[in-house]
Parts: sequence; C-alpha cells; structure tokens
Amino acid sequence: MEVAPIPADTYKLGFIGAGKMAESIARGAVQSGILPPSRICTAAHSNPARGPAFESFGVTVLPDNRAVVKDSDVVIFSVKPQVAKDVILQLKPQLSKKQLLVSVAAGVKLKDLQEWAGHERFIRVMPNTPAAVGEAASAMSLGGAATEQDGQLIATLFGSIGKIWKADEKCFDAITGLSGSGPAYIFLAIEALADGGVAAGLPRELALSLASQTVLGAAAMASKSGKHPGQLKDDVASPGGTTIAGIHELEKSGFRGILMNAVVAATKRSKELSPS
Amino acid sequence: MEVTSIPADTYKVGFFGAGKMAESIARGMVRSGILPPSRICTAVHSNLTRGHAFESFGVSVLPDNQAVVKDSDVVIFSVKPQVVKDVILQLKPQLSKKQLLVSVVAGIKLKDLQEWAGHERFIRVMPNTPSAVGEAASTMSLGGAATEQDGELIATLFGSIGKIWKADEKYFDAITGLSGSGPAYIFLAIEALADGGVAAGLPRDLALSLASQTVLGAATMASKSSKHPGQLKDDVASPGGTTIAGIHELEKSGFRGILMNAVVAAAKRSKELSPS
Repeated sequence: MEVAPIPADTYKLGFIGAGKMAESIARGAVQSGILPPSRICTAAHSNPARGPAFESFGVTVLPDNRAVVKDSDVVIFSVKPQVAKDVILQLKPQLSKKQLLVSVAAGVKLKDLQEWAGHERFIRVMPNTPAAVGEAASAMSLGGAATEQDGQLIATLFGSIGKIWKADEKCFDAITGLSGSGPAYIFLAIEALADGGVAAGLPRELALSLASQTVLGAAAMASKSGKHPGQLKDDVASPGGTTIAGIHELEKSGFRGILMNAVVAATKRSKELSPS
Repeated sequence: MEVTSIPADTYKVGFFGAGKMAESIARGMVRSGILPPSRICTAVHSNLTRGHAFESFGVSVLPDNQAVVKDSDVVIFSVKPQVVKDVILQLKPQLSKKQLLVSVVAGIKLKDLQEWAGHERFIRVMPNTPSAVGEAASTMSLGGAATEQDGELIATLFGSIGKIWKADEKYFDAITGLSGSGPAYIFLAIEALADGGVAAGLPRDLALSLASQTVLGAATMASKSSKHPGQLKDDVASPGGTTIAGIHELEKSGFRGILMNAVVAAAKRSKELSPS
C-alpha cells in the first residue's frame, strides 16, 4: 500500500513529551529555519512548567497529547523509555499511516514501537546530550514502512541540532556506548587536562578554559579534515618535542585501551538494560 | 615616551614567515571581516608555492621582508624558532616603536624578542594547531611597551581563529603542555573511541564519525556551560545506566591521572627545550 508523502514545505511537527530533548530539537528546527514555530506543537500536562519554555519561542502548547497527534504530520515521541509503551498504546486510536512517527526514546526497539502504534511508518533516532548546544551525534534507523523521503525529512530535522548518520538498528547498543555515553568520558578528560594544567602551574580558570577549547579544536580538526586521527597526531608530533613526550605518557599507560574498555562496557550495559 | 596608537580601522598587517599558521591567521581575519586582504601582506623566498596560497584570497605577496616591514603597522613573526633571531636582527634597522610586533614562535621569550628588535612593543602569542579550522586555543602575553589597546587589537585578531586568553609569560611552558600539545591527546582519544565502537560491533566509518562528533559536542557543551565538568558528568550519568558503566572503566584504570601525566610531561619537555 502506498504511503502518502509528508508535505515537505508545510508539514506540522508534534512532540509527545516536552522535555529537554524535545526542546533542543524544536529550537534547532526553528533556529535553522526548517520550520516556523507556528508549525510545531506539544503538550505539557505531566509537567506544566515545561509549557513556557516552548511558548517562549513561539511553539504552540496544546492541552493534551491527543490534540498534538490530531494536529501533526510528523509525531516525535520524546518521552522516558519507561512510559513509551503506555503513551503510544493510549494514542494508538488516533495514530495513522498518514503520519510519520519518530522515537528518540533510548533503548526502545522499532519492533516494539511499531507493534504499539499499529503500523510500521516509524523512524528510531538515537541523539545525544550535546543536542542542547546544536552539536548532537545522532543515528537513525528506518522502520518497515518509513520511506526514503521520510528518512530525508528526519535527517534534515536532526541535522539542525548536529550531525546524523543512518545505521542498522542492531548497532544501537554500541552507538549508545559510544555517542550516547561518550560525552561523559570527554567531561572527565576535560577535567583531567585542566588538573594537569594546574599541576604544571596554571591558574584553574585558565586551565579549564584552555582544556575545553583544546578538545573542541582538536575534534573540529578531526571532523573537518579527511585525515585519519593517527595521521593528524603524526602531523603535530615533532621530533623530540613536547607533544610526543605527552603522547608517550598516554601510550605507556594504555590510555587508548582504557577508552575502548569504556565504550565496550557501556555497550554491554545497554544490551543488559533492553528488554529482550 | 608615549606610543602612537595603531589606527584601528586602517592598520595593515604583515607576516614574516608564510607558513600554515600565518595562512590560518590571515584567512581568519579576512573571513571574519576584521580587515580586507588588501591590508595584509607577506613575503615568500624560501618556499615560492606558499605565495599562491596567500594570493588566492587576495593577500599581497611582496618581494622581500624589508618591503613587508615598510608596509605594516602590525608585524607578525611566524617563522620557525631556529631562525627567528636572525630574521629579527636582520630587520632591526627597519623596525620602529610605531609598529606593534607580534610573535607566534613557540618557545621564544619576550625578553629575547625585545632585545633582538630593539624595543619592547611586542606581544607574544601561543596559538595551537586548530587555528587551521578557526578553533584555536591561544594565549597572549604583553611585552614591556605594548599598550592595553595593542592587547585588544591582538585579542580581536586572534579571536578570528578561535579563542584567546591573557596569561603571564611564566605560564607558557604549561600552556604548551596543555593547549599546545593537547590536540594530539584528543586525536588518540578519538581513534580509541572509534576502536571501542568497532570492538562493540560498529562499522569503522560510522564509529569514527560518531567518535569525532561526540567529542566535538561534549567540548562544545563544556565551553558554553558555566557548569563544572564534574557537574556535566553527573547530569548525564543516570543510576545503573550505560554511562556510569563506561565511567567506571575509566576510573578503575586511572584515566584522568594518565591525562594529567601527559600535560605535566609535555610542560616539562617545553622547559627543557627553551634556552635558559
């Protein structure tokens, strides 16, 4: 059966769950001109205090989730994983294949989402915390009846809060371990670099500012250059210099293996947490 | 004796040494509209192909260093540490206190720069490699006769290629160990995160893309937030979740201490390398 394409220039977007992730996505969409706030709505009945956050940039706050579904071509489920099933089942009578359904609920699989919704025009997205500053690392997986065009629409939407890649759903636990949990590993690294700076004599504020900006700059280079990170490292490590002295300390202590351990452990935990 | 202020809207910048750092700074200035390429010049003699790189965005390439000095209000020395003394001594007859002199040469102290130039209107800047992508972490130290206004001019200039902070010159070895060499530590981290992703089952391309973007996003959050990185970590580590499982691996193996070691070792090496 043919699915009707979502009208690219006039589609309306609704959020079920008015939390921080929904706000980040809505703000990103508005800021990058993808759609005006008048075409975005949500409901905030479980936490009315969230309403003003959305209204402050022009998003419509409706009385309940049913009203949101009624008014939307694309519906994003941004609720906590524990309540996703109940929320979707309650809305099932209002959901139709004319709509594109999206879930950003961590750990909740397409097969379940599609079962609860009663159809397969679903896309699962795994964004991460830096969505809040427009630099998310997101991955998406298309459900059984989501079209290529649906995928492009979602890629554009999530492109407004960072970068997004397509991936097989079977990769999502590993993605959780890497980009889902990864920011925390970097917060630890930034604190440690700052502490190293202080140990070497720097005032704390300067050390912390330099640490954050240094990590940001290095990641920007890695993202923008087409080069392998090992090549980037070679390019900056001059003979007998300060950089190779620092690298030597890292290598001596198995720095890279430790980071691998973190990703692998977080992935394992993700698998343990998902209902089989 | 009063120093004449550098005319803020019409000053001309000349680069000695037409290498990658000079190019990054020049491109940054032009891109951010600080000054048009017509007010920037350099000279190339040892490596003629460098001339094309600068001319391609409108910078004047003059026949020799004397011509560059004659034409500039702000003179930036971006040559290799081994040749800077000779370069400055050769130009000394043409240098005057009417000009603001700047050095981005690693490890060369203000007291020497000022001695070679014959005056103290010098500012020393320590940028880092990500200036190439407009995300440098730079620090500056004012010489004996550099004015507050001179400092602001240089802060604006280097603000076009990233962020810049003022710091006592006595901190420059530690700064080298942190922001100078730091990008390499992060290149290692990005490779390791990607390897962890691959170990957890991700295809290499996806793992590397997610790794770079995750680091970029986390660092962006740390830069923009006024929160301590430890607080940022707390905010994302939910009870019994994937993130705290990953963090546990890092802490078990002394991840943070290892990064401190790298900064301290690189700072020590920087001290060893500087002529006393």
